[in-house]
Amino acid sequence: MKNRLKVLRAENDLTQADLAKRLDVSRQTVNAIETGKYDPSLPLAFKIARLFKQQIEQIFDDEEDKAG
Amino acid sequence: MNTFAMNTTIKHTIRGLAIWTAAWLVSTAMAVFGPTFLWGSNTLLSAFFILINVGVGVGMVMANIRYILSVDEMLQKIQLQAMGITLGITLIAGIAYSIADITNVISQDAEISFLVILMGLTYITASAILNKKYK
Repeated sequence: MKNRLKVLRAENDLTQADLAKRLDVSRQTVNAIETGKYDPSLPLAFKIARLFKQQIEQIFDDEEDKAG
Repeated sequence: MNTFAMNTTIKHTIRGLAIWTAAWLVSTAMAVFGPTFLWGSNTLLSAFFILINVGVGVGMVMANIRYILSVDEMLQKIQLQAMGITLGITLIAGIAYSIADITNVISQDAEISFLVILMGLTYITASAILNKKYK
Protein backbone atom coordinates (compact mmCIF):
# COMPACT_ATOMS: atom_id res chain seq x y z
CA MET A 1 0.00 0.00 0.00
CA LYS A 2 1.38 3.40 -1.02
CA ASN A 3 1.13 6.38 1.29
CA ARG A 4 1.96 10.10 1.50
CA LEU A 5 3.35 9.96 5.01
CA LYS A 6 6.86 11.08 4.05
CA VAL A 7 5.49 14.08 2.12
CA LEU A 8 3.13 15.06 4.95
CA ARG A 9 5.91 14.71 7.48
CA ALA A 10 8.18 16.96 5.39
CA GLU A 11 5.39 19.52 4.89
CA ASN A 12 4.93 19.66 8.65
CA ASP A 13 8.69 19.89 9.23
CA LEU A 14 8.80 16.76 11.36
CA THR A 15 11.60 14.23 11.66
CA GLN A 16 10.82 10.52 11.80
CA ALA A 17 11.63 10.63 15.50
CA ASP A 18 9.20 13.55 16.04
CA LEU A 19 6.42 11.73 14.23
CA ALA A 20 7.17 8.52 16.10
CA LYS A 21 6.82 10.40 19.40
CA ARG A 22 3.48 11.89 18.37
CA LEU A 23 2.15 8.50 17.25
CA ASP A 24 3.53 6.58 20.26
CA VAL A 25 5.43 4.17 18.02
CA SER A 26 9.11 3.52 17.32
CA ARG A 27 11.06 5.46 14.67
CA GLN A 28 11.63 2.11 12.96
CA THR A 29 7.86 1.73 12.55
CA VAL A 30 7.49 5.21 11.02
CA ASN A 31 10.29 4.42 8.57
CA ALA A 32 8.75 1.05 7.65
CA ILE A 33 5.36 2.70 6.98
CA GLU A 34 6.95 5.43 4.84
CA THR A 35 8.87 2.92 2.74
CA GLY A 36 5.78 0.72 2.32
CA LYS A 37 7.33 -2.21 4.17
CA TYR A 38 4.65 -2.16 6.83
CA ASP A 39 0.96 -1.29 6.60
CA PRO A 40 -0.34 0.24 9.83
CA SER A 41 -3.37 -1.07 11.68
CA LEU A 42 -6.66 0.80 11.31
CA PRO A 43 -6.32 2.55 14.72
CA LEU A 44 -2.80 3.74 13.82
CA ALA A 45 -3.95 4.85 10.36
CA PHE A 46 -6.74 6.88 12.01
CA LYS A 47 -4.23 8.38 14.41
CA ILE A 48 -2.02 9.44 11.49
CA ALA A 49 -5.04 10.89 9.67
CA ARG A 50 -6.12 12.85 12.77
CA LEU A 51 -2.59 14.17 13.29
CA PHE A 52 -2.39 15.57 9.75
CA LYS A 53 -6.11 16.53 9.70
CA GLN A 54 -6.81 14.45 6.59
CA GLN A 55 -9.00 11.53 5.58
CA ILE A 56 -7.32 8.10 5.68
CA GLU A 57 -7.80 7.64 1.91
CA GLN A 58 -6.02 10.97 1.32
CA ILE A 59 -2.92 9.50 2.98
CA PHE A 60 -3.10 5.80 2.14
CA ASP A 61 -3.62 4.56 -1.40
CA ASP A 62 -4.95 1.03 -1.84
CA GLU A 63 -3.52 0.08 -5.24
CA GLU A 64 -5.62 -3.11 -5.38
CA ASP A 65 -8.77 -0.98 -5.16
CA LYS A 66 -7.75 0.86 -8.34
CA ALA A 67 -6.85 -2.36 -10.13
CA GLY A 68 -10.25 -3.90 -9.26
CA MET B 1 -0.19 6.88 26.71
CA ASN B 2 2.37 9.59 25.89
CA THR B 3 5.78 8.71 24.45
CA PHE B 4 7.70 9.33 27.64
CA ALA B 5 5.31 7.01 29.48
CA MET B 6 5.58 4.43 26.66
CA ASN B 7 9.40 4.48 26.68
CA THR B 8 9.41 4.25 30.46
CA THR B 9 7.01 1.30 30.27
CA ILE B 10 9.20 -0.49 27.69
CA LYS B 11 12.34 0.06 29.80
CA HIS B 12 10.47 -1.16 32.86
CA THR B 13 9.22 -4.31 31.11
CA ILE B 14 12.69 -5.04 29.64
CA ARG B 15 14.21 -4.72 33.12
CA GLY B 16 11.49 -7.00 34.51
CA LEU B 17 12.10 -9.56 31.78
CA ALA B 18 15.87 -9.47 32.39
CA ILE B 19 15.37 -9.99 36.15
CA TRP B 20 12.92 -12.89 35.66
CA THR B 21 15.20 -14.52 33.05
CA ALA B 22 18.22 -14.25 35.36
CA ALA B 23 16.15 -15.66 38.25
CA TRP B 24 15.01 -18.56 36.06
CA LEU B 25 18.62 -19.32 35.05
CA VAL B 26 19.71 -19.31 38.70
CA SER B 27 16.77 -21.53 39.73
CA THR B 28 17.57 -23.92 36.84
CA ALA B 29 21.21 -24.09 37.93
CA MET B 30 20.10 -24.75 41.52
CA ALA B 31 17.73 -27.53 40.46
CA VAL B 32 20.36 -29.15 38.19
CA PHE B 33 23.54 -28.78 40.25
CA GLY B 34 22.04 -28.71 43.76
CA PRO B 35 21.89 -32.51 44.17
CA THR B 36 25.53 -32.85 43.06
CA PHE B 37 27.10 -30.03 45.09
CA LEU B 38 24.71 -29.10 47.91
CA TRP B 39 22.12 -31.55 49.18
CA GLY B 40 23.02 -34.92 47.69
CA SER B 41 20.17 -37.42 47.29
CA ASN B 42 17.54 -35.48 49.27
CA THR B 43 14.55 -35.92 46.94
CA LEU B 44 12.35 -33.51 48.90
CA LEU B 45 14.82 -30.65 48.40
CA SER B 46 15.22 -31.56 44.72
CA ALA B 47 11.42 -31.52 44.25
CA PHE B 48 11.22 -28.17 46.08
CA PHE B 49 13.80 -26.54 43.80
CA ILE B 50 12.13 -28.01 40.70
CA LEU B 51 8.85 -26.43 41.84
CA ILE B 52 10.67 -23.12 42.43
CA ASN B 53 12.13 -23.44 38.91
CA VAL B 54 8.66 -23.97 37.38
CA GLY B 55 7.19 -21.06 39.39
CA VAL B 56 9.95 -18.68 38.33
CA GLY B 57 9.53 -19.95 34.76
CA VAL B 58 5.86 -18.93 34.83
CA GLY B 59 6.96 -15.50 36.10
CA MET B 60 9.41 -15.26 33.18
CA VAL B 61 6.65 -16.09 30.67
CA MET B 62 4.38 -13.42 32.19
CA ALA B 63 7.24 -10.88 32.04
CA ASN B 64 7.76 -11.78 28.36
CA ILE B 65 4.04 -11.21 27.66
CA ARG B 66 4.19 -7.83 29.43
CA TYR B 67 7.24 -6.87 27.32
CA ILE B 68 5.57 -7.83 24.03
CA LEU B 69 2.41 -5.91 24.94
CA SER B 70 4.49 -2.81 25.74
CA VAL B 71 6.11 -2.47 22.29
CA ASP B 72 4.33 -0.98 19.26
CA GLU B 73 2.29 -2.96 16.72
CA MET B 74 5.05 -3.49 14.15
CA LEU B 75 7.52 -4.73 16.76
CA GLN B 76 4.78 -7.06 18.03
CA LYS B 77 4.39 -8.37 14.48
CA ILE B 78 8.15 -8.99 14.26
CA GLN B 79 8.06 -10.86 17.58
CA LEU B 80 5.06 -12.91 16.45
CA GLN B 81 6.75 -13.93 13.20
CA ALA B 82 10.06 -14.74 14.94
CA MET B 83 8.25 -16.87 17.53
CA GLY B 84 6.22 -18.62 14.80
CA ILE B 85 9.38 -19.48 12.87
CA THR B 86 11.06 -20.66 16.10
CA LEU B 87 8.08 -22.83 17.06
CA GLY B 88 7.90 -24.41 13.59
CA ILE B 89 11.61 -25.11 13.22
CA THR B 90 11.93 -26.43 16.79
CA LEU B 91 8.93 -28.73 16.34
CA ILE B 92 10.16 -30.13 13.01
CA ALA B 93 13.79 -30.47 14.14
CA GLY B 94 12.75 -31.87 17.53
CA ILE B 95 10.57 -34.61 16.04
CA ALA B 96 13.21 -35.49 13.42
CA TYR B 97 15.90 -35.58 16.13
CA SER B 98 13.73 -37.82 18.31
CA ILE B 99 12.99 -40.19 15.39
CA ALA B 100 16.72 -40.31 14.57
CA ASP B 101 17.35 -41.39 18.17
CA ILE B 102 14.53 -43.98 18.24
CA THR B 103 15.58 -45.51 14.91
CA ASN B 104 19.27 -45.48 15.92
CA VAL B 105 20.26 -43.22 13.02
CA ILE B 106 22.32 -41.29 15.58
CA SER B 107 24.50 -43.16 18.06
CA GLN B 108 23.92 -40.96 21.14
CA ASP B 109 20.65 -40.26 23.01
CA ALA B 110 18.62 -37.20 21.96
CA GLU B 111 19.28 -34.39 24.47
CA ILE B 112 16.74 -31.63 25.14
CA SER B 113 19.62 -29.15 25.55
CA PHE B 114 20.33 -29.33 21.81
CA LEU B 115 16.73 -28.37 21.14
CA VAL B 116 16.93 -25.43 23.55
CA ILE B 117 20.12 -24.20 21.83
CA LEU B 118 18.44 -24.55 18.41
CA MET B 119 15.41 -22.67 19.72
CA GLY B 120 17.56 -19.79 20.99
CA LEU B 121 19.64 -19.55 17.81
CA THR B 122 16.53 -19.71 15.58
CA TYR B 123 14.79 -16.96 17.56
CA ILE B 124 17.85 -14.69 17.50
CA THR B 125 18.41 -15.26 13.76
CA ALA B 126 14.72 -14.79 12.87
CA SER B 127 14.50 -11.60 14.98
CA ALA B 128 17.63 -10.17 13.33
CA ILE B 129 16.42 -10.96 9.78
CA LEU B 130 12.92 -9.59 10.42
CA ASN B 131 14.26 -6.42 12.07
CA LYS B 132 16.46 -5.88 9.00
CA LYS B 133 13.48 -6.54 6.69
CA TYR B 134 11.37 -3.83 8.34
CA LYS B 135 14.22 -1.33 8.72
